[in-house]
Amino acid sequence: MKLTRSKQLVLAGAALLFSVTGQAASQEILNTSYDVSRELFAEINPKFQEFWKKESGNDVNVKQSHAGSSTQARAILQGLKADVVTFNQVTDIDILAEKGNFVAKDWNKKFPNNASPFYSTTAFLVRKGNPKNIKNWDDLARADVKLVFPNPKTSGNARYTYLASWIYANKEFAGDQDKIKDFVSKFLGNVVVFDTGGRGATTSFVERQLGDVLLTFESEVNLIRKEYGADKYDIIIPPISILAEFPVAVVERVAKSKGTLDVATAYLNYLYQPEAQRILASSFYRVHDSAVKTEFAAQFPELELVAIESIFGSWAQIDKDHFANGAILDDLLKKAHKN
Amino acid sequence: MLKKSSRVLPGFTLSLGLSVFYLSLIVLLPASTLVLQAAEMSLKEFFQVVTDPRLMAAYKVTFAGAAIASILNAIFGLLMAWILVRYEFPGRRLIDSLMDLPFALPTAVAGLTLAALFAHNGWVGQWFDVAGIKISYTFYGIILAMVFTSIPFVVRAVQPVLEDLSEEYEEAAASLGANKAQIFFRIVLPHIGPALTIGTALSFVRSLGEFGAIIFIAGNMPYATEVISLMIFTLLGEYNFPAASAVALVILFFSLVFLMLIQLVQSYYAKRYKSV
Repeated sequence: MKLTRSKQLVLAGAALLFSVTGQAASQEILNTSYDVSRELFAEINPKFQEFWKKESGNDVNVKQSHAGSSTQARAILQGLKADVVTFNQVTDIDILAEKGNFVAKDWNKKFPNNASPFYSTTAFLVRKGNPKNIKNWDDLARADVKLVFPNPKTSGNARYTYLASWIYANKEFAGDQDKIKDFVSKFLGNVVVFDTGGRGATTSFVERQLGDVLLTFESEVNLIRKEYGADKYDIIIPPISILAEFPVAVVERVAKSKGTLDVATAYLNYLYQPEAQRILASSFYRVHDSAVKTEFAAQFPELELVAIESIFGSWAQIDKDHFANGAILDDLLKKAHKN
Repeated sequence: MLKKSSRVLPGFTLSLGLSVFYLSLIVLLPASTLVLQAAEMSLKEFFQVVTDPRLMAAYKVTFAGAAIASILNAIFGLLMAWILVRYEFPGRRLIDSLMDLPFALPTAVAGLTLAALFAHNGWVGQWFDVAGIKISYTFYGIILAMVFTSIPFVVRAVQPVLEDLSEEYEEAAASLGANKAQIFFRIVLPHIGPALTIGTALSFVRSLGEFGAIIFIAGNMPYATEVISLMIFTLLGEYNFPAASAVALVILFFSLVFLMLIQLVQSYYAKRYKSV
């Protein structure tokens, strides 16, 4: 069928009109998240859209944006219109509260469990049959073991890894600072490549066959094994590791101006609902809902999970002591380099 | 009257005004923001930040890598340009257009591809691995990435000048008894000298700032294979905007110095050619 020019124009106009009115009836929110949660939220978002339709009768379109947690926070500070953040680091939400009041100062009280609907820990992925016989953190500081994890300066994931090794050493050496530092610098010295983010490290370990152990979130370790074949990798859950909470917050300043405060809040609340918790657990994240917990118990071996506050104080303190320029991490890296 | 009409663009003042405005908007404004952000620190803090030992190691890696890469590019870029200009062979047009690929390809893709290719289990890397040479995740990887992303500068600078240089000069020299080395060093090189220098220097400056291609292949080990652009990225990750700006200013400073040197070389040659 050949349309005349005027008919084409009418059609185009109608399409435009339709899209404008269509937008007015439904809302759109942007969930800004860390690098490796892409598939997770791709699964959760359509379920929430159904849920919200039932709940309020309105349509909502949840968009996703993924990059390193800190990169995302910086993007929001510089104008990215995110309605909610689902990060893997408390500091990255804190910075949004400090600079320009993007989130409430008491954001971690706004939702249950320190505003963290799910959590994980640092675990190890080793090659099939565990050829280097890795059992615990002390094996990772052995001279014959090569490690892969991202750069703690650029990746929240790697910060947890670094702090988890510290937590192990703290227990092992009963708080003796020199011995802890010695251990952690040996541990850092075994790293063969520092990628800037979690997915980069996965590529190095899986595709490039670098290193004997990949350290990342338990969730990611399981996903990699599922993705690349259970016949190629084994999972090691160390007896002690870090409690890695994944904080969420409504970016109130943006949501208020966009008029999406309600749906944004509902979105984060939804993450605590059994339905979402089940999706989270099947993506190998540990959750709080007790029924879901029992259902997935086999998937999550028991281990001693240490909260960072019990050893390091607040995240602000950790940043100052460990990750700031010239702080302990820099020192230990220097030491590791010289060895 | 005659003089005025010989200019294609209207009014000197108008074109100058527009150019200055455009330059301010596109170049000076971002650069001055950089200075402003860095100005949050005192001069002492500034020097402390930019001379941090880890940064010093990164400067060393970056400058050494860029120097080696641009020398390699000077040699092989010249060879490439020579072949493209002087020889007719099947696939010449294809190779000629492929020369721009490094500019067209997103550098991150280049980095990923190179890292995979030259990893110890990669197509190419496995053969080097037999000889005990590791390329990906080492200093060699950085050089490789820098060579890849900046070789077009040399080729594209030298090519047109070589096209201008008619073969008659070389034949004349040969007929007067010059050998091949003499012809190259006394006829060809002086002629293409300025273009080659400029191409090489541009390749050097580009390598200093390259980020995307390098971080994927460098391994990014502190004190060993970290480049300056990664350090800036890292500082931004710590929300340390002033420090990141300070380091960026240092690189900007060196790049400007090199660009100025290029200008000097260019005007030196221009004068020499005029007097001949």
